[in-house]
Amino acid sequence: MALLEINELSIQFGGLRAVDDFHLTVEKGDLYGMIGPNGAGKTTVFNLLTGEYKPNEGVIRLDGRDITGLSPAEINRAGVARTFQNIRLFRQQSVLDNVKIGLHNRFRYSTAAAILRLPSYFRTEREMDEEAMKLLSVFGLEGEADTISANLPYGKQRKLEIARAMATGPKLLLLDEPAAGMNPNETQELMEDISYVRKNFDMTVLLIEHDMKLVAGICEKLTVLNFGRILAEGDTKTVLQDPEVIKAYLGE
Amino acid sequence: MKNSRGTMTKVSRDNLGTIIMLAVVFAAVSAARAAGLVNSHIDGLLVPICVYAIMAVSLNLVVGILGELSIGHAGFMCIGAFASAFFSKLTAESMGAFPRFLIAILIGGAVAGFFGFLIGIPVLRLNGDYLAIVTLAFGEIIKNLINVFYVGRDSRGLHFSIEGQMALGLEPDGEMIINGAQGITGTPFDSTFTVGFILLMISVIVVLNLTNSREGRAIMSIRDNRIAAGSVGIPVTRYKMLAFTISAVIAGFAGALYAHNLASLIATPARFGYNMSILFLVFVVLGGIGSTRGAIIAAVVLTLIPELLRFLSNYRMLIYSIILIVMMIVNWNPTSRAWIRRHITGRFRRGTGAGEEG
Ligand SMILES: Nc1ncnc2c1ncn2[C@@H]1O[C@H](COP(=O)(O)OP(=O)(O)OP(=O)(O)O)[C@@H](O)[C@H]1O
Ligand SMILES: [Mg+2]
Repeated sequence: MALLEINELSIQFGGLRAVDDFHLTVEKGDLYGMIGPNGAGKTTVFNLLTGEYKPNEGVIRLDGRDITGLSPAEINRAGVARTFQNIRLFRQQSVLDNVKIGLHNRFRYSTAAAILRLPSYFRTEREMDEEAMKLLSVFGLEGEADTISANLPYGKQRKLEIARAMATGPKLLLLDEPAAGMNPNETQELMEDISYVRKNFDMTVLLIEHDMKLVAGICEKLTVLNFGRILAEGDTKTVLQDPEVIKAYLGE
Repeated sequence: MKNSRGTMTKVSRDNLGTIIMLAVVFAAVSAARAAGLVNSHIDGLLVPICVYAIMAVSLNLVVGILGELSIGHAGFMCIGAFASAFFSKLTAESMGAFPRFLIAILIGGAVAGFFGFLIGIPVLRLNGDYLAIVTLAFGEIIKNLINVFYVGRDSRGLHFSIEGQMALGLEPDGEMIINGAQGITGTPFDSTFTVGFILLMISVIVVLNLTNSREGRAIMSIRDNRIAAGSVGIPVTRYKMLAFTISAVIAGFAGALYAHNLASLIATPARFGYNMSILFLVFVVLGGIGSTRGAIIAAVVLTLIPELLRFLSNYRMLIYSIILIVMMIVNWNPTSRAWIRRHITGRFRRGTGAGEEG
């Protein structure tokens, strides 16, 4: 059974069919890419998949379970975590606390334990600190744990967003243009981080990207979107040589 | 790992600083009173100052920490005041002062919290400024409702009416508990500075400990970015409800304290109206939005200043406004904030503080 299975997914904004009869199958362990020109509907697919938008038609299954129409928080708890094209950090909070918020549903103690500072509060907080620091060091952010996240440089903000998504313990990680605004060095680092996460956390990744070097470098399969519809799909090499794709997207 | 513990201790030290500051002020004022150094005018202000400081803590939880706007918080205080005074009046003869007041305070908090919860159910699932609109209406409505509420007691039990005293049909030796627009008279004077201080301290500890916990971080994540909060699995509506309900409970405590300091409790606009709610908001904004300590300091200073300026007679409100503007500028100007941090707060605590609490 595929980890993610999307069928006949459509959404309409007024007269615009932003996503039209979309389908996608992601197997466990895949590193899957989604590309397409600006406004093709890529982010909208993510928003549908995470419950931010409700589809007009279609079914989304995760591990066989129908998650269509659930709230974003429920879908995250079902095992889908994401980053955002326009970074959305908890800007006033420290780098460490951003990741600890991601850990929210994996570590628990009661409200009373927090207010009365019972032993379970201290114990669980310590465990959360340790787990968060582990994740931060994967992304080379352990030295910035106390920094207010808004003060991080752009590239590190993107990485922190991935660390926070990972903290929720997802089965499927969605990355919306993770390399946007990064210089070639940072992009190279990011590619290594993504490969590392995939190997060491057994993660399945679906990513949107404009950087063709990154896409060709790490994605094994691709879907190309154009005007809300699938233009091509399959393994990366074949898709990137498709004349339709070159015409619509790469040739410009 | 050093880093993570560093974060925790820094925040804890900051919170401890707030608690110690309150304890020191309380000890100093108590000593001054014992030595007869506090004139009766200021002495009479001590309980109201505690009431307003608790309201500042309560509203800061909603506005500064949750990031929602409530402009009817005086309404929750009003409910807490009437519910607790109603209970105290009913049991004035049958119970000892201490257990009676304790239960009255708990009832004030519980009833106000219940109303906060009820308002939250439809409103807090929406995104936008709906809470501001609904709390504004709630604050006005609750006052007017209480003003047409008549409750009396005689040998046959309790009688309710919204039509008037006569409609109760009380026996001649019956007693009015809530008398419509005349409110409740003869509530026992149970509120003291010490009780006020203890209630303030409890409110502060609850809010600071909650803020610096797993659930507090979830609440602040909603303020910082609601969509991101949902994306990492935070049940947004539930935590909005939690913060708002706790805030209403604390406002109810303040109301109970307030009611037991008055010979006659009337739901007038001056006491529980829109202007009061806005004043509480001013405490929070002047205090730096999100800073519990700042909100308390603003509440104390802004309650004291008009009294200390009485000698200016007609110019009083003019000077008060000027002080308000100056405080606002000093508090929000980055240069002056840095100066204050270096020269004043820096002496009491090291480190820069994490930004959201203090
Ligand atoms: N909430 C919305 N309301 C109306 N139109 C929307 C909404 N969200 C997206 N759209 C429209 O849907 C289309 C697809 O947008 P989307 O953001 O998914 O594109 P994209 O492929 O991610 O583009 P880019 O590469 O620029 O990020 C665009 O025309 C956009 O204007
Ligand atoms: Mg996009």
